[in-house]
Amino acid sequence: MSLLFRSKRGEQGAKITRIGPIRRFIMFFVSNAQQAVGSLGELWRTPFASLMTIAVLGLSLTLPATLYVVVKNSQAVGQQWDNPAEITAFLDKDLSSQQVETFQRRVSLMDEVAEVSHISREEALREFREYSGFGSAIDYLDSNPLPDVLIITPVRDYSSSERASQLQRKLAAENEVSEVKLDLDWVERLQALIQLIEDALGALAILLCIAVVLIVGNTIRLGILNRRDEIMIMKLVGATDGYIQRPFLYTGAWYGVIGGLIAWLATFLLIWWIRAAVLRVTELYDSQFRLQGLSFNELLILWAVAVGLGLLGSWIAVRRHVAAIEPR
Amino acid sequence: MIKFEQVSKTYPGGFQALNQVNFHLRAGELAFLTGHSGAGKSTLLRLIALMERPSIGRVLINGHDLRKIKRRQIPYVRRDIGVIFQDHRLLMDKTVYDNVALPLLIEGYTHKEAAKRVSASLDKVGLGGKERHYPIMLSGGEQQRVGIARAIVNKPPLLLADEPTGNLDPKLSMDIMRLFESFNSVGMSVLIASHDLGLIARMRYRTLTLKDGRMIDDGLAHEHHGGALTGSEL
Ligand SMILES: Nc1ncnc2c1ncn2[C@@H]1O[C@H](COP(=O)(O)OP(=O)(O)O)[C@@H](O)[C@H]1O
Ligand SMILES: [Mg+2]
Repeated sequence: MSLLFRSKRGEQGAKITRIGPIRRFIMFFVSNAQQAVGSLGELWRTPFASLMTIAVLGLSLTLPATLYVVVKNSQAVGQQWDNPAEITAFLDKDLSSQQVETFQRRVSLMDEVAEVSHISREEALREFREYSGFGSAIDYLDSNPLPDVLIITPVRDYSSSERASQLQRKLAAENEVSEVKLDLDWVERLQALIQLIEDALGALAILLCIAVVLIVGNTIRLGILNRRDEIMIMKLVGATDGYIQRPFLYTGAWYGVIGGLIAWLATFLLIWWIRAAVLRVTELYDSQFRLQGLSFNELLILWAVAVGLGLLGSWIAVRRHVAAIEPR
Repeated sequence: MIKFEQVSKTYPGGFQALNQVNFHLRAGELAFLTGHSGAGKSTLLRLIALMERPSIGRVLINGHDLRKIKRRQIPYVRRDIGVIFQDHRLLMDKTVYDNVALPLLIEGYTHKEAAKRVSASLDKVGLGGKERHYPIMLSGGEQQRVGIARAIVNKPPLLLADEPTGNLDPKLSMDIMRLFESFNSVGMSVLIASHDLGLIARMRYRTLTLKDGRMIDDGLAHEHHGGALTGSEL
């Protein structure tokens, strides 16, 4: 390794035993392991700065990870609700029961319609009396204010929100119909919301990752500047930039390792909290839906991203700042 | 070993610290570099240790032109040059062992191998057994000797010392000079910058003299006549 004394060193008065290439190779890994452990110890030299950085890293990743879980589950929900679109048609109150029956038959013959059921005004009023709590107060009404209602289930092809709306418009155009309601409205809104979160998720994740890299980079930069004198001395006795950089890179990696664990924990807690809320809603809707957390692979990816960001941040810092320190 | 050919150094800002310096230090030689404060002694040493680059001219070590040394290669050159400073530049939060072992660990020695060499090196400077001490627990002279132990621990062929006795009393200074003498006797080339003319005179070695960045005496004419003559010219 000696540059200037390649041939001569062996003959120097001072006896020199050099280390061979294989030893050097092995030593490279040994000293890497030592530096890795040493860097972990370094975290305790500045526990506050380290902890802050690790917390920021972990919590920053928690938000996209949780949103990802929400999106993943919402997509499953959206698919579940794609099919059972129901169209409710409120009929004209002036229609005779004869006309209602004819109309029901006509609707059931439409290509788009799979099934039609009829709730008569009398039935509706009875139900209303039973469930509304107005009870016998309803009896004081002169006439039944409720219309006949047809509940229409479209065929499979027409159950997507777009095609179902077509059917809705077609029905609304009928003379017998006073108003048509498509139950899909809220599914549509939900899907739009999911789409929004999905779009925002990408941008948000990128922004947060950049923030994490900058914060890690800044902490490492301060660490480098704090050890400026030490770095100068190391350079004076022949340390390469690589040798000096390594502990800082390991520090960045440790930030990622521990920050990743924090992200796991925080994501787990958030999802657990959301799960309770979702459970209440799904019980209301009598749904079989269960919130899926992060899978094993997704957990690994989250961890890898954390370590990667920690490394990237420290790499940017060491590249700029270690080289800039020259011994005086 | 060290050869300067028409070397000038102008610092950013325009101050010319060295002006057309020529000299040749042979392998295995011990020499002093003297001159008034600001004469350019430190600058000259820094050019050898690649802490600065010459503005004009070239510096050769062992026949290798330092201009050809790329930034990337500088660390490997420095491993063959032991450097000692007046302010000893120790890591105050590390033990004596950690300080002295630093060059070895950088070169890839294990702690086990390093320990032997560190203790041998500390023995040489008379600090055997002080491995576990912190520099702050040592006297100024002892701290300086830790710095020397660090500089020689990997047995470099070339040793540079910049005012190594600057803060020490005459007795301690002489001890340190005797140390350099002993390193030189086993083949190390040694160049010591110092303005302590009395000490240099007693040592009777070749003395290079700088004045305002010019080498007014390369010591060859007075070789082995003692430094008193050289000193009287100042
Ligand atoms: N980095 C620097 N930038 C500008 N001027 C410098 C620098 N280093 C040294 N000098 C100037 O160069 C001159 C020689 O300095 P130096 O080599 O340290 O002298 P000596 O060691 O003999 O006292 C001094 O006048 C000093 O002010
Ligand atoms: Mg000086």
